[in-house]
Amino acid sequence: MSLDAMKATFTRPESLTDAVTHYCPGCTHGVIHRLVAESLDELGLRERTVGVAPVGCSVLAYNYFNCDFLESPHGRAPALATGFKRLRPDMIVFTYQGDGDLASIGMAEIVHAANRGEKFTTIFVNNAIYGMTGGQMAPTTLPGQVTTTSPRGRNVKEVGMPIRMVELLATLATPAYLERVSVHSPQQIIRAKAAIKRAFAYQEAGRCFSLIEVLSTCPTNWGKTPTEATQWLNENIIPYYPMRVFKTPPEAGNE
Amino acid sequence: MEKVLMKGNEAIAEAALRAGATNYFCYPITPQTEVAEYLARRMPEVGGVFLQGESEVAVGNMLFGAAATGKRVFSSSSSPGVSLMQEAVSYMAGAQLPVVLVNIMRGGPGLGGILPAQSDYFQATKGGGHGDYKVLVLAPATIQEAVDLTMLAFHLADKYRNPVMVIGDGMIGQMMEPVEFPEKYIEPPLPPKTWAATGAKGRKPLILKSLFLDPIALEKNNIEIFKKYAKMEADEVRFELYKTSAKNRILLVSYGTMARICQTAIDELESQGISVGLFRPISLYPYPFNELRAEASRSHIETVLTIVQRVVGERKPVKFFGRTGGIVPSPEEVIEQIKQLLGKGK
Repeated sequence: MSLDAMKATFTRPESLTDAVTHYCPGCTHGVIHRLVAESLDELGLRERTVGVAPVGCSVLAYNYFNCDFLESPHGRAPALATGFKRLRPDMIVFTYQGDGDLASIGMAEIVHAANRGEKFTTIFVNNAIYGMTGGQMAPTTLPGQVTTTSPRGRNVKEVGMPIRMVELLATLATPAYLERVSVHSPQQIIRAKAAIKRAFAYQEAGRCFSLIEVLSTCPTNWGKTPTEATQWLNENIIPYYPMRVFKTPPEAGNE
Repeated sequence: MEKVLMKGNEAIAEAALRAGATNYFCYPITPQTEVAEYLARRMPEVGGVFLQGESEVAVGNMLFGAAATGKRVFSSSSSPGVSLMQEAVSYMAGAQLPVVLVNIMRGGPGLGGILPAQSDYFQATKGGGHGDYKVLVLAPATIQEAVDLTMLAFHLADKYRNPVMVIGDGMIGQMMEPVEFPEKYIEPPLPPKTWAATGAKGRKPLILKSLFLDPIALEKNNIEIFKKYAKMEADEVRFELYKTSAKNRILLVSYGTMARICQTAIDELESQGISVGLFRPISLYPYPFNELRAEASRSHIETVLTIVQRVVGERKPVKFFGRTGGIVPSPEEVIEQIKQLLGKGK
């Protein structure tokens, strides 16, 4: 085949910068960033999008996304997104949050933003541990899971069972789009992409609040190789955190 | 324009709208809730955004997001609520976002009480949250001044890309007085808000943040912020003198409602042949240090009644008089204090 006949079949989305990420080997933030960026590209939203970064491993997400960004205090991204979106409903707003950020310190903000039906999109990355601070127990840490602050394993008699955020939010009466996905295999990545794109499409149509929970690995803080981490996610995380659509908004016109 | 009789909280709310701030986030707390109630009615009429948040923590952070659009945004609260907003105020100061926060102060510490106090003075003037930052603080003594300073606050917030606080004690919020709004509000020109997040169309992405992991970068950012404070200290000092004279032996220093009470006491003493003056700071940060020092240094002044020991303490004797817990001293109490100082007490 001549050089002229060759064409690029896989390129970096315009919504990502060419910066090399700081994420650890085997971490899925890079994949999830790409799925968000592909969605923004395909829907033509990049130039009117503002992202809200959390406190956690993905605090520097704004170095990797090629759109405007706000950097939130820990857990408050849904409040920032609310303030921005209320003043600029014509823009596309998304928060990108980890499980410590969203399910622990930011519990009130996410629940109330969802309940008000704020028309933004939340990408919730759940790896069952605090990553940036070095592997502490999160509200999502599994029973018996060893972390630096649960060195003998999470004792559910002392700290309760892990919080299932999507299920919790699904109890709210306000319409929303809620789905849990994973990115541990090509097949799951395709499903995750469809969910993320669907969430942004709902936002573009002004339909509803959306939250996509993406199950993720943290090989570094789980103390595993990337391959072992994927296996551990399959065997332990997924059984506790089922992957499915939990809620969709009513069909347009029936709201 | 005709004067209208308004409660302080409502006048502050209306003043914000007249200054083009049609975006308000709130959480109910006594004694400022009328600001929220007034704006819940009024905001739809002006096509603005009114939203009651789930907590003051959330409200402070909604302000961050809203301010990032470049539009004028504000909130009001009272002491315990303002404490909860300090997280966001620190982040907004770091990200250099303009916002106006009204604190109708009540007695503390803790839940304290709901009556007027000035006990958030240090929280307001020293920054309030974590880190090296300041907010510009304006303290009205009348409802008219609350209107004027609220409108000015939005201009100063934009001018310095910094949070500005208007602090009124509960009396300012609850009392009714005639006020006048400007027929047409004209303010000096401001630079375009090129920093606002409006979408990366035809330009590079814009990031509004306070994180600088490299200490050199953080120091550089902080030094830029400090330059703004230096400019505020040079250009934004506001104060008022009342019946000061080189012949006076006593200078009162007081702000807000307490300054009004001091004025009443001064007028009463004048009728008894005793001449006393008042120095009233209007900007609490930047504080009118030099102006107070100059006034206190005038020949016959022997005593300055205030918390400003630091300013004049080495030059003149300083005595404090105040009440706490939400008790506002009466003019008679002030008069008695002054007479005791002059050796004319009961």
